[in-house]
Amino acid sequence: MTTKVGVVVFPGSNCEQDVVEAVDTVGGSGQLLWHKDTCLGDVDAVVLPGGFAHGDYLRTGAMARFSPIMGAVERFARDGGPVVGICNGFQILTEAQLLPGALYKNRGLKFLCQPAVLRVESMDSVLTRGLSIGDELQIPINHFEGNFICSEQVLEQLRDKNQIVFTYRDNPNGATADIAGICNENGNVVGMMPHPERAAHPLLGSTDGALLLKGLISSD
Amino acid sequence: MSTAFDVAVEVSLRDGIADPEGLTIERALPALGFSGVSGVRVGKSLRFVVEASDEDEARTQVEAMCERFLANPVIEDVDISLSPAL
Repeated sequence: MTTKVGVVVFPGSNCEQDVVEAVDTVGGSGQLLWHKDTCLGDVDAVVLPGGFAHGDYLRTGAMARFSPIMGAVERFARDGGPVVGICNGFQILTEAQLLPGALYKNRGLKFLCQPAVLRVESMDSVLTRGLSIGDELQIPINHFEGNFICSEQVLEQLRDKNQIVFTYRDNPNGATADIAGICNENGNVVGMMPHPERAAHPLLGSTDGALLLKGLISSD
Repeated sequence: MSTAFDVAVEVSLRDGIADPEGLTIERALPALGFSGVSGVRVGKSLRFVVEASDEDEARTQVEAMCERFLANPVIEDVDISLSPAL
């Protein structure tokens, strides 16, 4: 059966169509969900895409976290459903406290739009179970606030529970412990700053992102 | 009877969290002839009016707003000032 992936559109999201295309490319079926919906329908996985939800007003993700659909996303996540936040989606997941930590302005205050090399640090997430620790993936980043920050205690927990999913080979933004992506304890909620949907076709220069989205598709 | 309170909330980065904006401003100041400036931190300020039965209730409401929405306790601290609206 084809895995249905719901991609949530907030006012100001701008990567939703790319995610749908990439999901379709790897054999799933992407469909858009509106942020004012209060249920997720029959989707098997949820992606919160990149962009500037609600204009990033107050803080990135701070408004989006209270969009009507987020109640359903939180229940889906707590029931073990796969939820992936990409870039702005990652910021929303931290604001919603589905993932720990916060994302702050890049060290150097530059908006970064460039390829990044990621190292897979954990195979316990819905995106990386088909990969191996130490695998290197080339996936672009596109953000101003991707500098992951958390307390010492949270960092220790992330390490102990194997929740660091990706690190940067060359830390571009000052992120704590080079962190590019993390997951919750169960591995079903993943947030990452790089954009796998932008590395899902040979024409885009890398297909490494497709490897991750395939993990999401084969999640049952 | 409820009273209106003017509220000022200062949101700043918590101590120990690097502030790249503050650092950039601090580095720019000597070039403009302002020497001896240190500890620059950038934050934001919110102003609004709250109706409440008394100052304690107003403060409790504002604290709850800050905790849930106006600030992110992972990286930010808040300083709340309240006074009866004129």
